[in-house]
Amino acid sequence: MKYLRQAPPRYLLVILVVVVLVGLPTQIPSFQSGEWAEVLILSIAIMGLNILVGYSGQISLGHGAFMAIGAYTTAILVHNYHVFYLATIPLAGLMTGLVGLLLGIPALRLSALYLALATFALAVVTPSLIKRPEAFTGGVEGILLPPPEPPQFAQDAFAAVTGGPPMDSDQWLYYISLGATLLLFWLAWNILRQRPGRALRAIRDSEAAAAASGINVAGYKILAFGVSAFYAGVAGALFSLLIGFVSPDTFPVSLSFTLLVGAVIGGLASIPGPLVGGIFAFWLPIYSGQWVSTQDWIPAQIATVFKNAGPAVTYGALLILIMIFAPNGLAGLILSAYTRLRSRLRGAGERTTGQLPPDPQTV
Amino acid sequence: MQLFLQIVISGMASGAIFASLALALVLIYSAMGVVNFAQGEMAMFATFVAFTLIEHGANYWVAFAATLGLAFVGGVFIQRVVIRPVERAPILTLVIVTLGLATLINGLAGFIFGLSLHLFPSPFSTQTVSVAGAAITYRDLGVMAVSAVVLVLIYALLQRTRIGLAMRAAAHHPEPSRLLGIRVSWMLALGWGLASVAGAASGMMVAPLLVLEPNMMQTVIIYAFAAAVLGGIESPLGAVVGGLIIGVTVNLAGVYIPFVGGDLELAVAFVIIIAVVLLRPHGLFGRSAVRRV
Amino acid sequence: MALLELDGVRAGYGMTRVLHGVSLNVGEGEVVALLGANGAGKTTTLRAITAGVKWDGAINFGGRSLHRMSTEDVVRLGIAHVPEGRGILTELTVEENLRLGAYLRRDGHGVAHDYDRVFGHFPILRERRKLSASTLSGGEQQMLALARALMMRPKLLLLDEPSLGLAPLVVRSIFDIIRAINESDRVAVLLVEQNARIALELSSHAYVLEVGRVAVAGESAKLKDQESVRRAYLGY
Repeated sequence: MKYLRQAPPRYLLVILVVVVLVGLPTQIPSFQSGEWAEVLILSIAIMGLNILVGYSGQISLGHGAFMAIGAYTTAILVHNYHVFYLATIPLAGLMTGLVGLLLGIPALRLSALYLALATFALAVVTPSLIKRPEAFTGGVEGILLPPPEPPQFAQDAFAAVTGGPPMDSDQWLYYISLGATLLLFWLAWNILRQRPGRALRAIRDSEAAAAASGINVAGYKILAFGVSAFYAGVAGALFSLLIGFVSPDTFPVSLSFTLLVGAVIGGLASIPGPLVGGIFAFWLPIYSGQWVSTQDWIPAQIATVFKNAGPAVTYGALLILIMIFAPNGLAGLILSAYTRLRSRLRGAGERTTGQLPPDPQTV
Repeated sequence: MQLFLQIVISGMASGAIFASLALALVLIYSAMGVVNFAQGEMAMFATFVAFTLIEHGANYWVAFAATLGLAFVGGVFIQRVVIRPVERAPILTLVIVTLGLATLINGLAGFIFGLSLHLFPSPFSTQTVSVAGAAITYRDLGVMAVSAVVLVLIYALLQRTRIGLAMRAAAHHPEPSRLLGIRVSWMLALGWGLASVAGAASGMMVAPLLVLEPNMMQTVIIYAFAAAVLGGIESPLGAVVGGLIIGVTVNLAGVYIPFVGGDLELAVAFVIIIAVVLLRPHGLFGRSAVRRV
Repeated sequence: MALLELDGVRAGYGMTRVLHGVSLNVGEGEVVALLGANGAGKTTTLRAITAGVKWDGAINFGGRSLHRMSTEDVVRLGIAHVPEGRGILTELTVEENLRLGAYLRRDGHGVAHDYDRVFGHFPILRERRKLSASTLSGGEQQMLALARALMMRPKLLLLDEPSLGLAPLVVRSIFDIIRAINESDRVAVLLVEQNARIALELSSHAYVLEVGRVAVAGESAKLKDQESVRRAYLGY
């Protein structure tokens, strides 16, 4: 008990969130578990994007394309080669990661705006590239995947816990996605708080300074691309299993935008950010217009624009506002509010580390 | 042979479009330092404004001029309101902000002007004239001419006038420029205004050849980008040459390589971008000292 | 009343206070040296004058308070600041750099005359004038920076470590030119230097900064001779 009281509140919060996520499907209808599975899947992709943008400082408007690669890898392996679906998930990740590594090389030579344009081009071109090898990818019609059945023990356990029907495939995929999310988030957290994370942040803040400190800038940046793509590939694989269908139109350019918006809103260069981002990425398009019309302080004309113009206007406005006013996203806002609260609670007299003593001559 | 020539000529015509857009990209990004992912969307929006004016009875050239004026004001306004707060932030932030701007403008255009497709009129006739045995329309020639005029004017402004010099200085070296008395903030706003004008002109020239709708500029921007990369990002001449080469190559690929159809032509441009960046990052005419594009 | 007056100036970067109350004067046509060890606050002092850093206290130029003025406005009063690192616009040519030195000026004849003068002092700039400023060597860039500042026809010249990284012969010629300009044009100079010896030779008055405060002030000729001061503060 004493250990619990001494543990930083952050860890307790994480445990709480995990517990909630594990128990969630027992409390909500099955189709909502499917929705939350999609939230988690988006979180994984956004975490990948976050590693690239938030930590290594390289932008990508093409992560929807990476998801497509992962999704199609799984779909093809399962449909054409009858590989066991769970095994395809890491394979899809590795395949996509490899593509990411390769793309990381030309990316080194492109400055921010041009990298954005190049990855944008990738997102635009990928659906067309997928359509071509029809025998392989099913062309325009795509590939249908049968929904995976949960194993017997899971079905029984679920029924026992809820006292209701046994686990269905949506819920099963939720748990697979949750497992992947927890594993990949833990992995990211671990790696990023050690040397690779510091190296990436050094690179993001100043490549010249990082290089002068002996950091292999090119290597880390390429690696970041690869790892980032790996995450997106895993997300894509899970996505195809969840939806049960992939086609070239499943991954339009707007998906890449949605991922970036989610990453920015959640908070770049933070670990909890992508989860918040995933929640936003899933529900924002659905609710954006409606929420705005309930706010009295927004003039009616502007509210109608938001309601009818679609998510694009909301996305755009949010990206701008967040980068201007809260560049660390929601996670950053919450963290800074929390830090201020804590220092105020601790008392004004106590000096936190890193601050110089107040100057006798006040300005 | 006749067919080949025709394909090349018409490739050059579309290449000229890419060239003019690539030139705008080079001028705006390299010379004026304007980082603006929303360049294409702003051009599209301006074109819609012109279209609305024309629909309400305005003479084409009157609408053209008025739109250029409005585009200038719009560009300055956006710089003051949206860009200035993040002026001193890292470039990545700026790119994301202009990305948000692009999305916002695209959504607004759809909302204000509707999502249906429109035909944007051209002041030039579609009569063809014979060049080296191949046919090219007056319209294509007109597009090239007008784009050339606008861009030459901007280039002259930047390279030959005092204020153009100040704009370039402010864009690349803001702090030392302040020490010379240059009002850096306003120079940047001016840069955005000019960039917006260039974009509007390009948009109005390109629209008759494509279809006027909110996503009109998205694919064209990629071709323009490929042209700029191929030509060498810093080089206006490279942008023009790059544009022509891209236009011709894409056209030839579309006809002579079996599986390259309409939508895969874009993939050709993408492959060119990657290949140039990997093999010869400074493009055809860029300075060889360029480490990054 | 001096041309430039600083009184109790405090300044810093974020949480770090660098200047804790600096007071100094520069008279019209005077050359004043600002000396001290690294980190003493010399560069910050110059930055405060041209509003490159937030400051508190009083700074007056020609009787006018510089409080809350922007860099561009301060410079327009007749102050030319050659910053640490020289501030060369490397994307532009040598000639374009010089033209921007004349950016604020309206007298075409005067400007043309000054071009000739400046090329007279620094012939290498005339040779290289069409080339990119990035092709110049360190010494040549220092000359360009100085030439550009002179094109501004300032009343006060702020020079931040003009000798930094330059060979002794080059340093000597640059300082000779500074002296010549000061004598012919009556341009006041506030000279920040680590090379105390040459700074004391050129200047009439000197201030020595230590940890953000003026530790020693006086006539340069006297300071040069005071061995205790030289040993303690100037390192020789």
